[in-house]
Amino acid sequence: MSFYDEFLQYSDADMEAVFQHTTSADIERIIGKDRLTPKDFLALLSPKAEEHLEWMAQKANELTVQNFGRVILLYTPMYLSDYCTNKCTYCGFNVTNTFTRKQLTMEEVEKEAQTVAASGIQHILILTGEAPAIAGVPYMKECVGILKRYFSSIAIEVYAMEEEEYAELMEAGVESMTMYQETYNPLLYDRLHLKGPKKDYRYRLDAPERACRAGMRGVNIGALLGLDDWRRDGFFTGLHANYLQNKYPGVEVSISLPRIRPTMGNCETGNSVNDKSIVQFMTAFRLFMPRAGMPLSTRENAEFRNHAIKLGITKMSAGVQTAVGGHIDSQENSGQFAVSDTRNVKEMSDAILQLGYQPVFKDWQAI
Amino acid sequence: MMDQLVIGGRSLQSRLFIGTGKYSADALIPEVVKKSGSEVITVALRRIDFNSPMGNVMDHIPSGMQLLPNTSGARNAQEAIRIARLAKAAGCGNWIKIEVISDNKYLLPDGYETIKATEVLAGEGFVVLPYISPDLMVAKHLVEVGAAAVMPLGAPIGSNRGLKTKELLRILIEEIALPVIVDAGIGKPSDACEAMEMGAAACLLNTAIASANQPELMAEAFGMAVAAGRKAYLAGLGRSEKYASSSSPLTGFLHN
Repeated sequence: MSFYDEFLQYSDADMEAVFQHTTSADIERIIGKDRLTPKDFLALLSPKAEEHLEWMAQKANELTVQNFGRVILLYTPMYLSDYCTNKCTYCGFNVTNTFTRKQLTMEEVEKEAQTVAASGIQHILILTGEAPAIAGVPYMKECVGILKRYFSSIAIEVYAMEEEEYAELMEAGVESMTMYQETYNPLLYDRLHLKGPKKDYRYRLDAPERACRAGMRGVNIGALLGLDDWRRDGFFTGLHANYLQNKYPGVEVSISLPRIRPTMGNCETGNSVNDKSIVQFMTAFRLFMPRAGMPLSTRENAEFRNHAIKLGITKMSAGVQTAVGGHIDSQENSGQFAVSDTRNVKEMSDAILQLGYQPVFKDWQAI
Repeated sequence: MMDQLVIGGRSLQSRLFIGTGKYSADALIPEVVKKSGSEVITVALRRIDFNSPMGNVMDHIPSGMQLLPNTSGARNAQEAIRIARLAKAAGCGNWIKIEVISDNKYLLPDGYETIKATEVLAGEGFVVLPYISPDLMVAKHLVEVGAAAVMPLGAPIGSNRGLKTKELLRILIEEIALPVIVDAGIGKPSDACEAMEMGAAACLLNTAIASANQPELMAEAFGMAVAAGRKAYLAGLGRSEKYASSSSPLTGFLHN
């Protein structure tokens, strides 16, 4: 039994029919409920719910303040290696993209760590492409050994691994993991992932659960919005998060809502996602899972991020460089995606304070 | 008559314990402390960064407050024990609030792991205040292993739902010789007042103050409510009658 079994129960559901039959009265009743079912969540993703967006936003704000307070945790990503064996049509690390690949040496990891730590950041998210022979578990463990000296929390956003590998990284000091399914639509997934181990849909889908079984403290999942219909991918993301939270209550489950951004590979998907859609997804999810985390990356622009603070967001990245070694050499430009909010940590902290919220730099101590 | 709560050898005038999380700025804390009159403040060790050049929550806690570091983030007894020892080594004193939570959906405490952690830490000389569901047998075991108080929840953490566990709290207050401090769920000053009227030794709350539009004003309201509830308890509440005293009683015809 894995999430895949639950996914199959809903994969053939006629969502359009559900949306067509959803009434304003349904939405009002659902917003008034304390506990939402997956069907309620789907209704909140319907076009009809757009008419009630302000009410959803008010309740999302109330639930977020109640459960998390007026605080935003700040973190930053650190790209360790952009070597990748996958051929994903929408990603800058695509194996067929021609640019000089780079992997940080331990000396460079230390310099990056010093630069980031000097900004006040205590939560670091390390990223690699999928090239286990070069940037595999032994390399990551060595990096974590250095990063532990500078940060109170270390998270990974790397390729899908075995349960034992997650356990090994946790033993080294990793606390949480992020794994984007990209799209929950298996047919589209197959078309977008042309080559490489990432092509295995099911193996990636089950990766967050393997991390939960390994005892990871936090698991963050998401779909790359814009690849498929956002309502469909949004629903399955929420369903997946709910599955993990129910089955692994000790794990802090969160979701990200990344929108596709320009990369070197530029992939036109025809499924654009506007601000209103993201807000609908964000607020619907908050009503569905009031205690789940919701990080927001610098893919979004500063204005949108400022407003999103009051819509359910709990964590934000700041001072982001998406290129390997970008913190010590900001001229590096072969990033995974284009950063939209370029504010540094100080500017981001000031903005959060101005909005009546407190930036939090430390929310976990590795023990 | 002096009415003092004594825990771990320390006499407390105020029976309101407060938290430090969820504030829009830590700088609000001193005024919240002042307005509430509280003398005990809990802080999550996981949030304290002693090395931060930008300062941290500890800088805003007025001197003289009894610090109650908590083990927030611990998922089992072993982790709670390690956090408690870290807190002590970091200079946070020997009081510790045990929070062992492995349920991130409702944040309900794990009684079994809490008892294990309490036994070890009480044995090491900590003043242990464990956060629990209001379960009589768990509370009795905590008494046996050396807890300094028990802290049952009124409703899940952060829910502001009030005293949903009222009947179970009443049993704990009646049966447990240690101070019973109602922790979590209190949403309104009237909830705190009611807990105190029932005979709770104190109330601990955070969200209700931190999430208020004016935290300082809400802190003052809670301080007054807890004091009022305590006075009412000491005064002895009048008997509540189910039936009114009728001027034409149904049994008035019985003369002998």
